Amino acid sequence: MIQLFSGDGPRSRILALILIAIGLGLAFAPFLFPGVRALETAARICVFIVLAASYDLLLGYTGIVSFAHTMFFGLGAYGVALASTHIGRGFPALGAGTLAGLAAAVALALVIGLFSLRVRAIFFAMITLAVASAVTVLVSQLSALTGGEDGLVYQIPRALGPAMRLDLEIAGVTVTGKILNYYLVFCVALVLFLVMLRIVNSPFGRVLQAIRENDFRAEAIGYRVVRYRVTATCLSAGFAALAGSLWAIWLRYVGPGTTLSFEIMLDILLMVVIGGMGTIWGAAIGAVLMVLAQSYLQGLMGYAAGASEAMPILSRLLDPDRWLLWLGVLFILSVYFFPTGIVGRLRARAAR
Amino acid sequence: MSVQSEAAPAHRPTIAALSPRDRLARAAPFLLVPVLVLLGFALIGSVPTWLTLTVSGLAMGMMIFIMASGLTLVFGLMDVINFGHGAFISVGAFVGISVLAALGDWTGAASLGLNMAAVLAAVMAAMAATGALGWGFERVLVRPVYGAHLRQILVTVGGLIVIEQMIHVVWGPDEIFLTRPEMLKGATLFLGAAIETYRLLAVAVGLVLFVAMRLVLRRTRIGLIVRAGVQNGEMVEALGYRLRLVFIGTFVAGSALAGLGGVMWGLYQEVITAGMGEQMMILVFIVVIIGGLGSVEGAFIGALMVGLLQNYVAFLAPKLALVSNIGLMTVILMWRPEGMLPVVRAK
Repeated sequence: MIQLFSGDGPRSRILALILIAIGLGLAFAPFLFPGVRALETAARICVFIVLAASYDLLLGYTGIVSFAHTMFFGLGAYGVALASTHIGRGFPALGAGTLAGLAAAVALALVIGLFSLRVRAIFFAMITLAVASAVTVLVSQLSALTGGEDGLVYQIPRALGPAMRLDLEIAGVTVTGKILNYYLVFCVALVLFLVMLRIVNSPFGRVLQAIRENDFRAEAIGYRVVRYRVTATCLSAGFAALAGSLWAIWLRYVGPGTTLSFEIMLDILLMVVIGGMGTIWGAAIGAVLMVLAQSYLQGLMGYAAGASEAMPILSRLLDPDRWLLWLGVLFILSVYFFPTGIVGRLRARAAR
Repeated sequence: MSVQSEAAPAHRPTIAALSPRDRLARAAPFLLVPVLVLLGFALIGSVPTWLTLTVSGLAMGMMIFIMASGLTLVFGLMDVINFGHGAFISVGAFVGISVLAALGDWTGAASLGLNMAAVLAAVMAAMAATGALGWGFERVLVRPVYGAHLRQILVTVGGLIVIEQMIHVVWGPDEIFLTRPEMLKGATLFLGAAIETYRLLAVAVGLVLFVAMRLVLRRTRIGLIVRAGVQNGEMVEALGYRLRLVFIGTFVAGSALAGLGGVMWGLYQEVITAGMGEQMMILVFIVVIIGGLGSVEGAFIGALMVGLLQNYVAFLAPKLALVSNIGLMTVILMWRPEGMLPVVRAK
């Protein structure tokens, strides 16, 4: 088991329990929580765990801030969408689209990385912001290719659709293609997660952490800092693109709002910061918390806004559209008072 | 230790003249804007069109410069990169436009004096508001994270979102359309080209501001301290100057300028949204990067280039306009990876 986790176990009993609960919950989600909405949430959690973990590779382990992570996510998603539209329904289209998106993301990350990380790591944040916004504009303008703001709707293989029913019933739930699709997403996400855990606990991952702590010293010891940073950028972009492909296969729709928007970028940032920067496990916990909060708390806000209608300012502050305001506040507070996140806190408690 | 020789060294030091090549390399950034203007003329071919595009490009560039100047100085002085700068642009625009709307009698009158008084009042209110906001922002958000770039970026991005959302709370979720004051509406005919009055005003304000900023930085004592602080902060502090105060002053002034830029941009576009600051930030970052972080002159040249190029490209090849800025940044960074006029830092 420890080997499967690459020697980086939870190292805290509470954390281990939480993670086991998450793992079991996701593994048996279709049968534990029947219903369309619960399955959607579970799939979203799987995809965002991979996405947040891949961002953590960059932010937490290498200490580089990128604002282009949704761009790479989107490249993977649009790869699948375009391939499914042009090649036609089927597994070859999914494979080709995933590979194309992956290649595009890694190539773009390489170019951006070489350009900005060569001089100053701080350029990277600004340049990724500029490039990502240009790509978002481009995607919404080139509507002939990308469907513009409306996005693309396409068909995935029949075996993964809700119309396909197996003659099999488990715990009172009929197994459909949708459930098979969920298990595809779950299994791929699990494998990607373990691979990332492997990467950050390899000697390569150690060097990344050394660079994060003191890049000058890492360079002096003899590691080529730029090369490591660029490699980390490419790896992180690649995993993000794969997460995007999974998301596209699950949703059967891509659009700027679901893949490229700045809001998603903020969600990812928050997942990593709340869960704990510099721990892949933290990304998993952060993703679960954020997705659950988004799916169920936003409705609660609407209720609170309705209840406080008598006080106009308060009601406006609690409007569900002001969700981002509270995310922003939470984000600032967690960076200040909670820099190691949930995982960091729990591990520190266990070590005491 | 080494024995000091009594006599002067035997060789005679001479100051060699720079080769023409070196001179050209040094002057190159300053020549880029004229070259770009001439190139635009060669490609466009028609004098009125070219003139219109050039003036609007310059106006846009000046406004971007006003927003970018504070950011680049703040970075130069304290190594602080403020992603929340865009929020000041939006707040400035909303405060300024609210004041203009309240002074409807003045803006509606066909009198240049009253119109300008209204604009001036709006600008003052906006600058006061964003200056105060900048002061609070520095105190609450930026101060605890000095020297930690990663947390700085995260916290200031959080600040940007919170301020942007608060604009939604105060002014409502919709964009606000506005009309410029009466006398700033029309256009002047010059060499067959119709040039909007407001653009001329923007160019004038930008130029005045640039000259004033240069004078302050080059001719006054406080400017000297700021420039010295950019080059070697520790030394300035060792000499007894309180660099922190200078820095806070610069931060507040930069925020106020962002507010000014916000009002001007709002009047230029005739519509304001809470997200406008975030959109402008992208141009501002490009300008600051290609100019060289910490360099006011670099930001000026960069801003003019971005403004001109955007207007020329939008006319010549509209499809390319979306990526022209990224292209410009790529080319400049391939030529000079640190930006056009990087600030020489003492280590």
